[in-house]
Amino acid sequence: MEFSKEFDASGLACPLPIVKTKKALADMASGQVLRVISTDPGSVCDMAAFAEQTGNALLEQGSENSKFVFYLKKA
Amino acid sequence: MATKKMALIATKGTLDMAYPPFILASTAAALGWDVQIFFTFYGLQLLRTSLDDIKISPLANPAMPMPVPMPVMVQMLPGMESMATMMMKNKMKSKGVASLQELRDICLEADVKFVACQMTVDLFEFEASEFIKDVEYGGAATFMKFAGESDVCLFI
Repeated sequence: MEFSKEFDASGLACPLPIVKTKKALADMASGQVLRVISTDPGSVCDMAAFAEQTGNALLEQGSENSKFVFYLKKA
Repeated sequence: MATKKMALIATKGTLDMAYPPFILASTAAALGWDVQIFFTFYGLQLLRTSLDDIKISPLANPAMPMPVPMPVMVQMLPGMESMATMMMKNKMKSKGVASLQELRDICLEADVKFVACQMTVDLFEFEASEFIKDVEYGGAATFMKFAGESDVCLFI
């Protein structure tokens, strides 16, 4: 999937992946896609909850090289 | 959709109990919530300019996982508190857990409002100069005003 920015949260524990994803989205334009990489298993549920509550759409999620990958479309 | 609100009361000043209010506040702020933390009693220690003196003790804390089982008599020895604190901080760092300082900074950046309980500030004779500058002072009524309109309200 195409994306305009990537944020690597590898090694970070709760709540940093979410808090820093929010920061990464801050300077993006509406409609742009952010790719987030994480190693925190808790971030799988958390990212979905973040997307639901903030209106940023979670377009896709999966895993690559035993890491979690998320694609968020900025609201 | 109206902005959701969370009101927290932080009453503890140990390393383990300092985390929950800052974790919840920073997360809620990231979700766009309006957050206020009311610091009272030992929670006031979390407003100090430096958080380096925030410690954890295995003493009277039998649920704390220890690398080696340690009799209570040993936990009482001088220096054990500092050692336990150092070990906990190292473990947290190795697991990618944010430092208290980092979480507090994130809260402040995200406009989480910090209110210090005036009564306990006076009780313990704290000076405003000992605290970070982003602190407001108030009493129970001040807290109730915000708490009364909140969606989530927790005592920690």
